Amino acid sequence: MGGIPHDHYEPKSSGEKWLHSRLPIVGLLYDTLMIPTPKNLNWMWIWGIVLVFTLVLQIATGIVLVMHYVPHVDMAFASVEHIMRDVNGGHMIRYFHMNGASLFFVAVYAHMFRSLYYGSYKAPREVTWIVGMLMYLLMMGTAFMGYVLPWGQMSFHGTAVITGLFGAIPFVGESIQTWLLGASAVGQPALNRFFSLHYLLPFVLLGLTIVHVWAFHTTGNNNPTGVEVRRTSKEEAAKDTLPFWPYFVIKDLFALAVILVVFVAIVGFMPNYLGHPDNYIPANPLATPSHIVPEWYFLPFYAILRAFTADVWLVQIVQFLSFGIIDAKFFGVLAMFGAIAVMALAPWLDTSSVRSGRYRPTFKWWFWLLVIDFIVLMWVGARPAEFPYDWISLVASAYWFAYFLVILPLLGVLEKPNTPPATIEDDFNAHYAPKGEGKAPIAEPAE
Amino acid sequence: MSHADDHQGTRRDFLYYATASAGVVVTGAAVWPMVNQMNPSADVLALASIRVDVADVAPGMQLTVLWQGKPVFIRHRTGVEIQEAAAQDAEFDSFPDKNAQNENLGDDALATDENRTLASPEGEGAGAWIVQMGVCTHLGCVPLGDGAGDFGGWFCPCHGSHYDLAGRIRKGPAPRNLPVPPAAFVDGTTIELG
Repeated sequence: MGGIPHDHYEPKSSGEKWLHSRLPIVGLLYDTLMIPTPKNLNWMWIWGIVLVFTLVLQIATGIVLVMHYVPHVDMAFASVEHIMRDVNGGHMIRYFHMNGASLFFVAVYAHMFRSLYYGSYKAPREVTWIVGMLMYLLMMGTAFMGYVLPWGQMSFHGTAVITGLFGAIPFVGESIQTWLLGASAVGQPALNRFFSLHYLLPFVLLGLTIVHVWAFHTTGNNNPTGVEVRRTSKEEAAKDTLPFWPYFVIKDLFALAVILVVFVAIVGFMPNYLGHPDNYIPANPLATPSHIVPEWYFLPFYAILRAFTADVWLVQIVQFLSFGIIDAKFFGVLAMFGAIAVMALAPWLDTSSVRSGRYRPTFKWWFWLLVIDFIVLMWVGARPAEFPYDWISLVASAYWFAYFLVILPLLGVLEKPNTPPATIEDDFNAHYAPKGEGKAPIAEPAE
Repeated sequence: MSHADDHQGTRRDFLYYATASAGVVVTGAAVWPMVNQMNPSADVLALASIRVDVADVAPGMQLTVLWQGKPVFIRHRTGVEIQEAAAQDAEFDSFPDKNAQNENLGDDALATDENRTLASPEGEGAGAWIVQMGVCTHLGCVPLGDGAGDFGGWFCPCHGSHYDLAGRIRKGPAPRNLPVPPAAFVDGTTIELG
């Protein structure tokens, strides 16, 4: 795999040969696990393993929670409290599942910004990137539907707001919203189907994980230099790479252990820190919580949704040009989904010939501004919709779109990139001097 | 290409198209029930009308009732509120939504205070009662009442939509006035919804 020449699995014993000629599954696992991996990967390449671990954690804890949960409007809230108080160890299982969602998004955002900085989305890894974006969308859908299940105040009114987004689509919006909810308002049909889908989608994610891994095992991993592994011979490839097992597995597991220390500390000592107290109030259709905000991981896109109000001139122009079909409400919805769509199009918007941001002096600044922009959007998304937050969210939303639609295409033309090292081996040796040259190895890995 | 070959090709093509068409129809017929099952079921669709006793709702009070799964605001306005609401008609030109959004009236009724309020029972002045859905037309939150917001009516805390004393949208992201459901007084103290 990977077009990178390396040793393949050779069945030795007669038993292995017997199985291999009937089902080459051991060979598939061997080649997947032993894949040549660029030896200069830094600590930002650990998030994939963290994500796989989190997915398995969520599926395992989720299956157990379903054994005690009742998806009925009259019993859902009580059954969650039953899990918290009566089920043996139920409170810890639920807290792991609840905070597992946050761990999932911490890891996925780190994973995505890693790809944006090192140009991992660029050719030939566009399909890996697109599959990843699909997984991100599915993750958001799954997380949202899971948040509805405890049937607290935030669950209920969050559902009203999020399904209301679809209601903003001109002409067919109301029918779509009714179809999604199974009624004209949030109620039993919505809870029932969200429960069904919340159970299904993680398994779809599991399938897409395999496709995602398959895609980047076909192209080979990117690495901090963005330089491809040499593929002319097995010997040259071996100078640029190390097998995934044991080198990277052990490194990734170490990183996972460090992250889990923090995660378990949060689950154990402050399990509700990232949640909203309002969701411990049973759902009441007659009163909306005074300050309704989504979970932290949705806030940047929620801020974009709210930023485009009817008094923004861009919204007014679009409304005029579309003969009123695209009003402020629909514009906000388009902007929110568009913010993710432009990210998915990054492989075709980035015109630079150099892949890694490490060798792009101007790009670096814009990239870190995007990271700050993301954090600002997250912060402003939790603020009330009033001055000065409305202005901040508008400027921050504008930068998000400008980065992908203007800066990425222009920078490839205007910027004069530095020269990346010729090979991964050169980069590696610059940081870790080869033995015998008497140079002390530099303790700090690349970046 | 010989005539016989051409003839055979045409028959083969026909079979391809016929098979593909049948496949599409069968797939559609199999998928549609899976999609349609998500639409509201018969019990949900059953049109319910409810009667609300408003005998105890004094002027200045608001009752919120659940009708078809959604909150409905029934407000008994005070004399001052009636005057202020009527005065707000003067700002008609600046209303984002000039339609009454009243199911009891025609589609072209204008958003005047008169067109938004309920016909009063006998012995009470016009404009004393206003009945409207308690669902923000932006994204469906329940607005706060009792003079909340910049226009003395309702205010949606989710995204900051301000409604005036007649439930008309005046400021914020909501596109429409709060809808007025089918409602009428059946006797002096009872309102029928639906």
